[in-house]
Amino acid sequence: MSGGLPVGGAMRVMGSETEYGIHAPSAPGANATMMSARVIQAYAQVTRQRAAGGAETRWDYTDEEPLHDARGWTLERSQAEPDQLTDQPPVLDAEAVALAYGRQELEADGEDESGTLLMNMVLGNGARLYVDHAHPEYSSPEVTSPRDVVAWDAAGDLVALAAVRRLAADPELPPVNLYKNNTDNKSVSYGSHENYLMPRAVPFGDIVRGLTPFFVTRQIFCGAGRVGMKQDGSRPGYQISQRADFFETEVGLETTIRRPIINTRDEPHATADKYRRLHVIIGDANLSQTANYLKFGTTALVLSLIEAGLAPKLEVHEPVAALQAVSHDTSLTATLRLLDGRRITALDLQWIYFEAAAKHAQDTGVADAVDGDGHTHDVLERWSATLTELANDRAAAASSVEWLAKLSLLEGYRDRDGLEWGHARLGLVDLQWADIRPEKGLYYRLLARDRMRRIVDDGMIQRAVTEPPSDTRAYFRGRCVSRFGADVVGASWDSVIFDVPGRGRLQRVPTREPLRGTEALTGGLFARHREAGPFLSELLGLPPGS
Amino acid sequence: MAGQEQQQPQSRDTEVDEDVPAAPPAPAEGQASAATQGVDDLLDEIDGVLESNAEEFVRAFVQKGGQ
Repeated sequence: MSGGLPVGGAMRVMGSETEYGIHAPSAPGANATMMSARVIQAYAQVTRQRAAGGAETRWDYTDEEPLHDARGWTLERSQAEPDQLTDQPPVLDAEAVALAYGRQELEADGEDESGTLLMNMVLGNGARLYVDHAHPEYSSPEVTSPRDVVAWDAAGDLVALAAVRRLAADPELPPVNLYKNNTDNKSVSYGSHENYLMPRAVPFGDIVRGLTPFFVTRQIFCGAGRVGMKQDGSRPGYQISQRADFFETEVGLETTIRRPIINTRDEPHATADKYRRLHVIIGDANLSQTANYLKFGTTALVLSLIEAGLAPKLEVHEPVAALQAVSHDTSLTATLRLLDGRRITALDLQWIYFEAAAKHAQDTGVADAVDGDGHTHDVLERWSATLTELANDRAAAASSVEWLAKLSLLEGYRDRDGLEWGHARLGLVDLQWADIRPEKGLYYRLLARDRMRRIVDDGMIQRAVTEPPSDTRAYFRGRCVSRFGADVVGASWDSVIFDVPGRGRLQRVPTREPLRGTEALTGGLFARHREAGPFLSELLGLPPGS
Repeated sequence: MAGQEQQQPQSRDTEVDEDVPAAPPAPAEGQASAATQGVDDLLDEIDGVLESNAEEFVRAFVQKGGQ
């Protein structure tokens, strides 16, 4: 259940987060946080050109609760790792920058009016673009279907590309490359997260039991592939997942150390007694649209199973070791031991989840090709088709399964040039696969040759760069930013804050219900008002002019 | 590491009938050379796109921690 959406299938309020790898080849040793801030700054310049009012807005931190644990407690601040304190604005003020880098660096950089580098933006499409630790991160707006996740996640890659182009055109600054991957192969990993809205009434233990076997094995269709084994990539080889070797525990609050298969961060960004936001940190960043689509679509289906109490009853022996064993087995023939003594392959396990999800979706009616919810039928079809191809026709699967597409390219090089897995050119193919520039990124070279299947067309992705989804509160947030940007002083997932000239105080509009603030509910309001003052008066039921 | 017994990528059952990416099912002669030609074309294109000094480029790609 996610508010008013059809229950039992693949529809749900959800969103993606992508931390991009960042690299300036001509400026080795450049500070990563500073470079990331330049990326945000560059995109702010792009949006200023696009909208005269300035379509960028600061982030409002008042509802961030990174230390709330879904198991029912809150971590003491004094015991938290510094990078868990994500509720404090990472403002690089002028003084800190000057101390760290000297005045010239500061002067070379664009500052906004208040003298701080912009580290955080809310975009007109409802997304958030900001500096997270030492990476630029794009958090997509909330959407309700796997297809829309693919569109607004890919829109983030275009946002990042626009910033890269802007920096490349600036003779004063070193060009910056961004990579949609998850590791530098030198023991560092950075995340690509998924967020799913769930009713709070679902016991967290059910989520852990239901999701763990699924998460151990879903990588066989949504892994992005990685050259190198172990966290530091020191053992030559190829594995299915970018992230698997970085996971060390089954359940936990951390996201940067002792990474858990199930993350317990409990910041609902919504009415807390009704919802939880399940924060999933185990996935790979996907360029393949099908892989991304299945990652979100099948996970949403499994959450529907868990909510109905219908998740398959099976437990994998030592899930962390199993996760890595699956990732290291590109033949897909290794077997996992279940606690009941059975030994089954990752494909077998996925089929068990598929059968349960298909049956539940049939029973609830959402999977009907005509009268269903319009999404679940397609997700189930692609899920089963991909599992079938993985077993019987890997060449066909390579047009949708990202780790196989990358592997076929690598095998081409190995065959033609006689390369061993440790050869640097193969490492470069892996890295450059994820370069977000279409002329350099190897995924995009395959896409241009129609070797990768599409879920959404380029026009839809392009629209998603500037347009918010119509059917969540992201519509309200995005429209407020692009229409009234000059009068919006802050926004977050669950608020928009206005500072309207002539009014004595800031006005914070809460958006605690993810399925309100939609085009259906607020489109008329936006159509009637070009000015923030009257818009707010009508929205808040104030007398005109107040 | 615990769970070693789960890691057996080489010990494939003999009756497993699946394809390995390096060895796609052999198509007819003409198709085979067309497919090979396609891969050769692709690799040629990518040769021209790859950053020039692979070893140095890969070594210099060093990231700070992330989530």
